Amino acid sequence: MDRALWNIGKGVLTLFVVLGFIFLVAPLIVVIPLSFNAEPYFTFTEGMLRLDSEAYSLRWYRNIFESEEWLRAIQNSFFIGVFATVFATILGTLAALGLNDPRLPFRKFVGALIISPIVTPIIVVAVGVYFFYTDLGLGQTYLGIILAHAMIGAPYVVITVSATLANFDYTLLRAAASLGANPWTAFRRVQLPIISRGVITGALFAFINSFDEVVIVLFMAGLKQRTIPREMWSGIREEISPTILAVATLLILFVILVLITVELLKSFGEKHKLSAN
Amino acid sequence: MAAKHGIKSRIRPISLALPLVAFIAITFLMPLGNMIKESVYDAEVADALPNTMRLLNNWDGVELPTEEVFRALAEEIVVLQENRTLGKIGLRVNRVVSGTRSVWGKTARRVKGIETDDMITTMVEIDDRWSDLMLWQGIKKAGQRYSAKNYLQAVDLTRGEDGSISRIDEGRRVYNTLYVRTLYVATVVTLLCLVIGYPIAYAIAHTPPTLSKILLLCVLVPFWTSLLARATSWIVLLQSQGVINDFLVWIRIIPDDGRLSLIYNMTGTLIAMTQNLLPFVVLPTYAVLSSIPPTYMRAAASLGANPVQAFLRVYWPQSLPGVASGCLLVFILSIGFFITPAIVGGTDGQLISNMIAYHIDTNHWGLAAAISVIVLLSVLILYVVFDRWVGVDKLKLS
Repeated sequence: MDRALWNIGKGVLTLFVVLGFIFLVAPLIVVIPLSFNAEPYFTFTEGMLRLDSEAYSLRWYRNIFESEEWLRAIQNSFFIGVFATVFATILGTLAALGLNDPRLPFRKFVGALIISPIVTPIIVVAVGVYFFYTDLGLGQTYLGIILAHAMIGAPYVVITVSATLANFDYTLLRAAASLGANPWTAFRRVQLPIISRGVITGALFAFINSFDEVVIVLFMAGLKQRTIPREMWSGIREEISPTILAVATLLILFVILVLITVELLKSFGEKHKLSAN
Repeated sequence: MAAKHGIKSRIRPISLALPLVAFIAITFLMPLGNMIKESVYDAEVADALPNTMRLLNNWDGVELPTEEVFRALAEEIVVLQENRTLGKIGLRVNRVVSGTRSVWGKTARRVKGIETDDMITTMVEIDDRWSDLMLWQGIKKAGQRYSAKNYLQAVDLTRGEDGSISRIDEGRRVYNTLYVRTLYVATVVTLLCLVIGYPIAYAIAHTPPTLSKILLLCVLVPFWTSLLARATSWIVLLQSQGVINDFLVWIRIIPDDGRLSLIYNMTGTLIAMTQNLLPFVVLPTYAVLSSIPPTYMRAAASLGANPVQAFLRVYWPQSLPGVASGCLLVFILSIGFFITPAIVGGTDGQLISNMIAYHIDTNHWGLAAAISVIVLLSVLILYVVFDRWVGVDKLKLS
């Protein structure tokens, strides 16, 4: 009796977990087939359910690549994302190296300051940035958006590089120095290859962050600087067309690609560590 | 400790950290400082009427201002009339003393080019409201560069003409309702994330490695997917002609004319925000759960505890650090959530951040800044709690 009750409990719990996972991923999964809908509806047509090939089409994808606005948005997203990531990665990596050195004064304070942009609600950041950058003449410019995105991206780089530095064996640098390497060579040839995993992971996170960011762009961007999420924002709020679903699908696939890269980097790093030992 | 490191050895770490610290100071801290100033500073009237304001600052407020003050004001409003900026000033003063908008244009037109020794009488003849002390006090008040008026408005308070602070009429109290609603949503979303997220974290921590990796990816992909893509998906699922309603109608649980309204209201906000924030509970909880040695549960069982007892007395207490950090993070993030409620929230699912964006759009910058400062301070206080409790440096991304 007790055992039967226990099994029922376990079954209910398993069902609950499965439902939880469905809740988490269903929104992503449902969009993908619907983006191939031949009809301009947001729901499965009977043809789609019968797996009738006529019910599916690539027209919404064609729409994206034939629309001037979307093409410009894609271009803008990559342009802003790449520059913001470069700034964030250089500044973030240097800062992580400094931050992980116990000789840095006010370490805890500096660390808190550096991650403060990502713990501040994005709407508050956007309001501050909007007033200040507009006063400086950076409103409706690429530079303004790039600087703001670099600022919210750098903390991610600091966090991931710090994580790889936590396992870094500093005697390696001393060994390099004793073999005649100057500090720059020692950094470039010994430390950088080992922390590169953290640098690349951080750069990817900073890029995704810029790529998805819409609140700052909402206030700062003029018509010329509109990014993919900014176009989606208008698309959803004005007249929602299935083109949005196609864009959402591409974004989801893009994230999966990036995460697989990160995962591969991680396992590569683990192997690297093993062979170094 | 400090004596151990000479100044020279500190140069390297300082010069490494300095570029980012300077960058963040300029691109982040200065904008925030400027925003705080914006919330208390308003120079519109002060800049438009510089001479009048200088003289009024020495005025006692008991008797009518002197001839000199009247003369300065007359000169300045004629200039403003020519620059077509008088209307804005009239509007600003009218917010302090209502029913005075028409005074300005009328007076400016009639005093233009007038030669008189007695400006007081001239102006009072044009409009007898110039003999009213209230109007002059209003001008003086509107001309103050620093004031707390945005903050008063942001918490539904108002300052009466005699300077006393009181609550505004019940029907117009929008902001306090929004703060309460935001806290309510944050609480409900946090609880939902805990209830749904804990079993998920448990499942990831206690399955074979291959399955566990796939399950973890199921958390990470939504975590990193664009909030707008996720909001779009929720529209597709929840709208009245959407996938869920269609399915329920199809299996005849609900009639076609009785479709559920799951979106563009509070329900939509709660559902979508819970999904958006779920990974923030799952990831730290999973990290802690996977470090609990399985031998502890076996030890508890061998000492006679049934599984429920073993869970409550042995497992749950050890998982608390991860759970606490996840929940607090979700609560903090909920307070500033903007995109999701804006898209799926309709009117009754809007939060305080949506009000900030509204005031930016309608050019009420001071008010937007004041509400932002209030949100920022609340979040800051919560972070201090967070740091005391679990440590901000424990934030992990993957």
